Amino acid sequence: MTTPLLQVNNIEVIYDHVILVLKGVSLEVPKGKIVALLGANGAGKSTTLKSISNLLRAERGDVTKGSIELNGEAVHDKTANDLVKSGVVQVMEGRHCFEHLTVEENLLSGAYTRGNGAEIKRDLQMVYDYFPRLWERRKSQAGYTSGGEQQMVAIGRAMMAKPELILLDEPSMGLAPQLVEQIFAIVKKLNEDEGVTFLLAEQNTNVALRYAHYGYILEGGRVVMDGEAEELRNNEDVKEFYLGMVKEGRKNFREVKHYKRRKRWL
Amino acid sequence: MEFLYSIFVTPFVEMWTAPEFLAEVVLGGLMSGIMYSLVALGFVLIFKASGVFNFAQGVMVLFAALNFVGLIDAGLPIVVALIATILIMVALAFAIERVVLRNLVNQEHIILFMATIGIAYFLEGLGEMIWGGDVRPLNIGLPDDVWFVGDILIQQSEVFAAAVAGSLVIALSLFFQYTRTGRALRAVADDHQAALSVGIPLNHIWIVVWAVAGLVALVAGIMWGSKFWVQFSLSTIALKALPVLILGGFTSIPGAIIGGLIIGAGEKVAEVFWGAAYGGAIEEWFAYVLALIFLFFRPQGLFGEKIIERV
Ligand SMILES: Nc1ncnc2c1ncn2[C@@H]1O[C@H](COP(=O)(O)OP(=O)(O)O)[C@@H](O)[C@H]1O
Ligand SMILES: [Mg+2]
Repeated sequence: MTTPLLQVNNIEVIYDHVILVLKGVSLEVPKGKIVALLGANGAGKSTTLKSISNLLRAERGDVTKGSIELNGEAVHDKTANDLVKSGVVQVMEGRHCFEHLTVEENLLSGAYTRGNGAEIKRDLQMVYDYFPRLWERRKSQAGYTSGGEQQMVAIGRAMMAKPELILLDEPSMGLAPQLVEQIFAIVKKLNEDEGVTFLLAEQNTNVALRYAHYGYILEGGRVVMDGEAEELRNNEDVKEFYLGMVKEGRKNFREVKHYKRRKRWL
Repeated sequence: MEFLYSIFVTPFVEMWTAPEFLAEVVLGGLMSGIMYSLVALGFVLIFKASGVFNFAQGVMVLFAALNFVGLIDAGLPIVVALIATILIMVALAFAIERVVLRNLVNQEHIILFMATIGIAYFLEGLGEMIWGGDVRPLNIGLPDDVWFVGDILIQQSEVFAAAVAGSLVIALSLFFQYTRTGRALRAVADDHQAALSVGIPLNHIWIVVWAVAGLVALVAGIMWGSKFWVQFSLSTIALKALPVLILGGFTSIPGAIIGGLIIGAGEKVAEVFWGAAYGGAIEEWFAYVLALIFLFFRPQGLFGEKIIERV
């Protein structure tokens, strides 16, 4: 078996030296795939992504157990800057555009680690080809663009680093369903045409499982289930808890809670 | 009655009857204003890029000037002394990042603020240890002639100082607007976390802003020093940058410049035309009172960064 692009081995994450948030998360992201990390708000999706990109330390979090390997190499002692250079970029939850910079300046700042070469111009054009809307808005301050446009800026900015792996945190958040489809379609295209691998955190299980190849479900800082996207989509528990397809006789919230507490799939 | 008269009538009559004199007073005030602007500018740069309230900015002006004048007095040609001082200020930026900022990253802002107080006293002590506590004249060969524009008398050295300060500000704006590093600086100022996420190394950016703030301090120190000599009170005078910041907004470069000019001109005019009524020394507190009034009515300052509400 070949080593996956990214391997997370049983990591534990603690914030502020005391708050234990991840309690042993393991996952694998094979090269060239889209892997979805699913789970409710507070499950630990963002924390997992930040442990990989090493943005965790800026929030006083630390990986205290386990290991994360990129192409078989531990990332623990690398800085966020090193990781971007070795091809891992995170698109943070809530987009985090540089509000007072123009759309184009935002995109260019994504290429910071690559210096000033002519290649950057070419990649800028590539991003505009994927997101024609950004070309139209290239001179606007990012803070004045719409939520969908900001999500495009954030993804385009990550593409400017020429990444191998993009850690994409909740791209659907706050967007109208049609826009969500549009964004996911572009993610799919970037994956297929540019060969970018994605690890995608989403609460919107439905959309994520339609576009991803594989999925992990996170609950309370643990992986409670994983499988091929197809398989998860057809799983009864997933249908019930994450796809909102309520089976007869179990509509009651309290019963669901009770059922959930039993954690049948563990 | 007479008191009210001396506040509300006499000053305006004086201004009206001798407009050239008013112009000269304003011009003189603008010149000190440039100095305040430069100190405030260094402050804004560091505040924008790292959120650090740099108490040491004023002392950096003194420290730069002390090194410069000390090296000249030690016999170095002016140009060599200038280059050496620039190198010292850049080295200082590296040292501050390495010793202070790197170890305090992710700490509360108040802790970083305390650290800059430490830096301020350390630099003041270091300067005195190396160069002694004497007041030193600084002569860099500025012209000391005057020009007359109509009936208004203008010092050539002041015009020169204004031109230098103006060029510095323009050069900085171009740097911020059009270079890769400048763009990264603005990105960091906008959103630290996002900057980290795209791989902008914050510690490099800090070195750059502290070095730039050091250079701005050097320019301010040279101007002030050649006018009033290099002395330790320089760092106190530089505290006037605080009201300038309140007036101009802590994150605005144009605000720092214009705030400095307003306060410089305002305090001179107040001193000259209203000083008599109060028995003088308005200049000492004018800036602070103006800042206080501003705090009541426009706490974000004249040019405080627009907070973008998403549409
Ligand atoms: N910086 C932080 N300090 C302390 N606790 C945090 C921090 N960030 C997240 N947490 C906690 O960690 C848990 C997981 O959060 P997160 O990873 O953001 O979940 P998700 O992205 O799945 O919504 C939550 O309970 C949250 O309150
Ligand atoms: Mg999250």
